[in-house]
Amino acid sequence: MTLKDTKPGMTVRIDSVGESNLKQRLMTMGLIPGTRVEVLNSAPLGDPIAIRLRSYNLAMRRDDAAQIEVSEVG
Amino acid sequence: MSALSVALTGNPNTGKSTIFNELTGARQKIGNWPGVTVDKKVGVIEHNGRKISVIDLPGTYSINARSQEEQVVSDYFKENKPDIVVNIIDAANIARNLFLTIQLMENGIPLILNLNMIDEAERHGIKIDMKKLEDAFGMPVTNTVGRSNKSVRKLLDVFTNAVMSNYKPSKLISEHIDKVHNIKRSGLSAAKIEEEIISARYDLIDKIMAQAVTVSAAGKTLTEKLDSFLANGVSSLLFMVAIFYLMFQIAFNWIGQPLADLVGEFFDETLAPAVAESMAEAGVADWMQSLVSDGIIAGVGAVINFVPLIFTLFLCLSFLDGTGYMARVAFIMDPIMRRAGLSGKGIMPLIMGFGCGVPAIMGARALDTHKDRMISILVTPFLTCNAKVPVLMLFAAMFFPDNAANIVFAMYFLGIAVAILMAKVLSTTTFKEHQSTFLLELPPYRLPDIKTVLLEAWEKGKGYLIKAGTIIFAMSVMIWFLSNFNSDGMTEDMDTSYLAGIGSAASTVFAPQGFDTWEAGAAVVTGIMAKEAVVSTMGILYGTDELSTEDEDLEDSANTLMATSLGGAFTPLAALAFMVFTQLYSPCMTALGTIKKETQSWKWMAFAFFYTCAVAWVASLIVYQGGKLLGFE
Repeated sequence: MTLKDTKPGMTVRIDSVGESNLKQRLMTMGLIPGTRVEVLNSAPLGDPIAIRLRSYNLAMRRDDAAQIEVSEVG
Repeated sequence: MSALSVALTGNPNTGKSTIFNELTGARQKIGNWPGVTVDKKVGVIEHNGRKISVIDLPGTYSINARSQEEQVVSDYFKENKPDIVVNIIDAANIARNLFLTIQLMENGIPLILNLNMIDEAERHGIKIDMKKLEDAFGMPVTNTVGRSNKSVRKLLDVFTNAVMSNYKPSKLISEHIDKVHNIKRSGLSAAKIEEEIISARYDLIDKIMAQAVTVSAAGKTLTEKLDSFLANGVSSLLFMVAIFYLMFQIAFNWIGQPLADLVGEFFDETLAPAVAESMAEAGVADWMQSLVSDGIIAGVGAVINFVPLIFTLFLCLSFLDGTGYMARVAFIMDPIMRRAGLSGKGIMPLIMGFGCGVPAIMGARALDTHKDRMISILVTPFLTCNAKVPVLMLFAAMFFPDNAANIVFAMYFLGIAVAILMAKVLSTTTFKEHQSTFLLELPPYRLPDIKTVLLEAWEKGKGYLIKAGTIIFAMSVMIWFLSNFNSDGMTEDMDTSYLAGIGSAASTVFAPQGFDTWEAGAAVVTGIMAKEAVVSTMGILYGTDELSTEDEDLEDSANTLMATSLGGAFTPLAALAFMVFTQLYSPCMTALGTIKKETQSWKWMAFAFFYTCAVAWVASLIVYQGGKLLGFE
């Protein structure tokens, strides 16, 4: 599953950040394998999405989220 | 003793500027860093008999030089050795904030960590053991409470007492630095090395967090509750429209415009007659009286009129920005902006463009990529700024009395449509190779610090005042000269003035649009100086002295003008074409100057001028010739 396929309210753990132009920026913002991510709300039409990680909220586009492999946690 | 130099650094949204403003008050200077448009701020204060100079560096997440802000911070630390570097950390967001801290330490920069808004963090169930944090880093740790001046002033004691050489990075930190060195020497690809180092930094953060920070699960925060309305789904767009409607009401109807009217009244009814009278008494030459009254006071006054409006608008925007709401606007507008080839962050400058293009163009500097900045700057001039409104209202009232409001609304819509269309065109042609991205922190909602809001509004708005005194002053003198002189000297007959010559030359290109009179040509040319000038030029040239640009008087003006030659000079279709041209053509002189300043390029300024004129020429041609084909006149 990728972060793109998640729904608001889900909590997931990052398995890999994937390869993209944004990779280093995503990692700098704390998206590292093992990080817990809560999926919050989304903009009109469902894109971009807002997520919560490391006690702060971040918005990103679904296309970029599609690069990030995640698995659901309790 | 020389001044103690203190640099403030930290992530965006950490309250760093508020601390800086609290420390230095109004005793700060803003200058541009050479080569880039990011501001640096310096303030000098005295504490316990010691001079302290405080530098506020732009907020950054790292110092990898991927953005202008990062470049500035990275260059600053390469070229300067401040006595003390204070790393301001949002205590509620400590885990990500420490990333920059560790990167600074890897570069051998001694730090004081200041945990800001420690009270907010505790409310969110985040407890930080300052002693353990100090041990973990081997660096002094202080804290400040949001919106408490006392706790910020306390920092000054820390500055004057701190002896940075007493502190040495802890074993944990020096081990990390060794690890980073090893990764750098590992022979992996540059990108891989960078990724490994980033991971190593977060590993260290996790270790430090485990030692010094306890996070207990807190319930839903206020921010999350608000975001489920303000940044979620289609209803969020309705909230946004309501919030901006309120802001425009405040700026244009409740506070800004009434103040602007007072300023205008002062210029027209007090200053101008007083100056005219005293010049007449002093026996000043007639031409000089005319220059001062009809040229300088009229021209500069027209611009000064807008100052209260602009400052009110900036105050509202700075306040909204301080609450954290602007990030939500970017978030919910991204789906729409993306389809035009822009990023959601680009919405802010464009919204300002409905007030005035100048702050809108300046606002573009906050955007992420070069592409976003350039497109935003280049499409802003198509929007209906405040100064175009009198032109549209006057022509609509004169030539389309039954449909005036609809015609004006259609012009607003035309401006938006052309802006979106040109954004799309520019993003698929000129700036094709550049990518637009959207990755944005959504900071928690906060009540902004009033001092910071006021200072920000002043900083942004004062450039407008400076321009009124420089560019507009010079332009007013020039227009006055052109409309009152010809090759034989001063003339009473404007038809023979230089301006008439320029106007008729300009008007030849408008033959296919049906408004090729020299007066229309002159109005177009003077409109480049300031769009309001289109109306006042028409007024002067068609012989109505007191042509008002105020809404309620426009109908009177329209009737007056209709009875004079202007009514006969345009057919309704030509008038519509003229409105379309005025709506879209060149940014005004002040906006052009701002484009030059922001793009640091004469070439882009010239491009902005010529391509908007070309778009306007073609659009008005389509309206006129298309209208004729459909049988309109």
